[in-house]
Amino acid sequence: MKYEVLIDGNLHQVDLERADKGYQCTVDGEPFALNVVMTARDVLSIIHEGRHYEAKREYSLLGETHIIIGSERFGAEVRDPRSLRSRRAAAGAEAGPAKIIAPMPGKIVRLIVAEGDEVEAGQGLVVVEAMKMQNEIKATKKGKVTKIAVKEASAVNAGDLLAIVE
Amino acid sequence: MFNRILIANRGEIAVRVIRACREMGIESVAVYSDVDRRALHVRKADFCEHLGPAQASESYLNIPKILEAARRSGAEAIHPGYGFLSENAGFARACRDAGIVFIGPSPESMEMMGSKTKARQQMKKANVPFVPGTDTGLKSAEEALAVAESIGYPVMLKASAGGGGKGMRMVTTPAELASALASAQSEAQRSFGDSEVYIEKFIQDPRHVEMQIFGDTQGNVIYLAERECSVQRRHQKVLEEAPCSFVDPDMRRRMGEIAVRVGKAANYCNAGTVEFLVDAKKNFYFLEMNTRLQVEHPVTEMVTGIDLVQLQIRVAAGEPLPIKQDEIVLRGHAMELRVYAEDPDNNFFPSPGRITRIISPSGPGIRRDSGMYEGWVVPLDYDPLLAKLIAYGEDRPQVINRLRRALVEYFIGGIKTNISLFRRILLHPDFQAGRVDTGFLDRLLKEPPVGDARTARRTPIVALAAAIFAQQPPPGSQPARNQDGLHATSPRTAAPASNGTTKPGGWKAAARTEGVGK
Repeated sequence: MKYEVLIDGNLHQVDLERADKGYQCTVDGEPFALNVVMTARDVLSIIHEGRHYEAKREYSLLGETHIIIGSERFGAEVRDPRSLRSRRAAAGAEAGPAKIIAPMPGKIVRLIVAEGDEVEAGQGLVVVEAMKMQNEIKATKKGKVTKIAVKEASAVNAGDLLAIVE
Repeated sequence: MFNRILIANRGEIAVRVIRACREMGIESVAVYSDVDRRALHVRKADFCEHLGPAQASESYLNIPKILEAARRSGAEAIHPGYGFLSENAGFARACRDAGIVFIGPSPESMEMMGSKTKARQQMKKANVPFVPGTDTGLKSAEEALAVAESIGYPVMLKASAGGGGKGMRMVTTPAELASALASAQSEAQRSFGDSEVYIEKFIQDPRHVEMQIFGDTQGNVIYLAERECSVQRRHQKVLEEAPCSFVDPDMRRRMGEIAVRVGKAANYCNAGTVEFLVDAKKNFYFLEMNTRLQVEHPVTEMVTGIDLVQLQIRVAAGEPLPIKQDEIVLRGHAMELRVYAEDPDNNFFPSPGRITRIISPSGPGIRRDSGMYEGWVVPLDYDPLLAKLIAYGEDRPQVINRLRRALVEYFIGGIKTNISLFRRILLHPDFQAGRVDTGFLDRLLKEPPVGDARTARRTPIVALAAAIFAQQPPPGSQPARNQDGLHATSPRTAAPASNGTTKPGGWKAAARTEGVGK
């Protein structure tokens, strides 16, 4: 099984085949024979050439995946060329309208800009309160605010649309 | 001694107090809001009283409801923990009026010290050095502008009733002042029910060192040890330690004696903390007094060998302090890491949600004070502090090594936490040399993270692990959890479904049909 895995911004080609007690695989053409057991969901115990690695997986609310080995954390994205996310990334994040979404559930406490306003990249758009902290959600690109999708005092979930900048 | 104590709090501190009660043979009463029925403190307590909706004003900040819960449960005393009502003099007075012992200082002491502005007025009288600024609340933006002009920018706006970095704003130019004042006031109103904000000069990158004091009802006041609390982000402490490596025995004695003077000026009883700003020349200024138990109390417990929560309960019951100043001996070193539900890779946004996995560190010198458990859903309604990882050792280097070892063991899955941040802090040469001030963490966060030799070796393993994980059914595809929260067994070969981003099922199909990754 072939995968494209993005580790902290670098793309790696992974070929994964089941073998006795684990996997016979290659990473960027280099062979790896792994003895692997899943000790719990999101926890793998991996032995490679006698060296042991415990790999743990965590997700952010927006579905980004991290792999932790030791106390070191790696951003890891297994890419699906058919997913919306990859298509959007391929099309270029700068082009077209930017959807500003809520990174966590919370309550809208303040709208900083109004529809029609011109904003700079990094400028605060709305303030979301969660876990007693107010968090300013910023524009990801320079442009015009064409839509504000939320009202003050309304509740939002992670991933909800807050505004569109284009 | 009391037979039954109500804990007017939640999370790890409620669990901490319940543990002290159990060790002393005292029954504990937990209180909870609608979203906390499953919280750990409810599970640990002997008795439980429901308060109301999640909103703090309807539950943990609601004085009549908490007093009613105390009456219903027959509690003779209330421990307020930290945060919520812990520094609310009105609550302490309402307890007294209801014939219930408030485990903390008197409402009069709290009024004097709990309001940062009144405390500054007192310190002026007692000739204790403090940071220049106003000693009354700001009436208007015009007044703020005038004061800021006279003491010079940058200035700090602070909630009089504040704590924990809430209702605080740093202002560098006059143009920002009015809006910063408005937002500080509204945050203060929301967090403490009091919008009063004062102003003081911002001291660039000082150390934040605080002294633990303790008073009893007989009028004795002692100081225990200082804590170094300079590692902060947005005025929120992240890591604390005791003792502070910058403080020598003579400075400790002088700081301690001033702290005791502060306590005596306030007729102080029970646990309190006198906070100081310390500059590079070892000058120290009174910052404020916290009239409660601090989050970071465990590091003092470790180096003094005194259980501060038990001592709070004994003193509240009228017992005199069992130790004299000259009997206090500091031994070893202790450090605490605050584990927050927030994402260090994404602007430290809060990260509530279900905890799918906890692997806890243990072994020599490790203590963990936690309010979470595997399967629990972290509510978005309260503070993001999940747990505290505390290490004790002979000296500071041993403590750092113990924590680094414990962090390798520690894992919290399902939500994002700041655990990975601590690895960077503990490895940083400035931190290891004890060169920390309140600007340390912001500077560290601006540096690119450095990998070591192991990073290169681990990278292909990470790629393989990510691919292996992607072949497993994601959580969303598992059969729904039953009402009782028990997980139904699911075959490992179950067809994967979308988890919102990657679709391993679709992936396989795509890989087959399109031959990607060749």
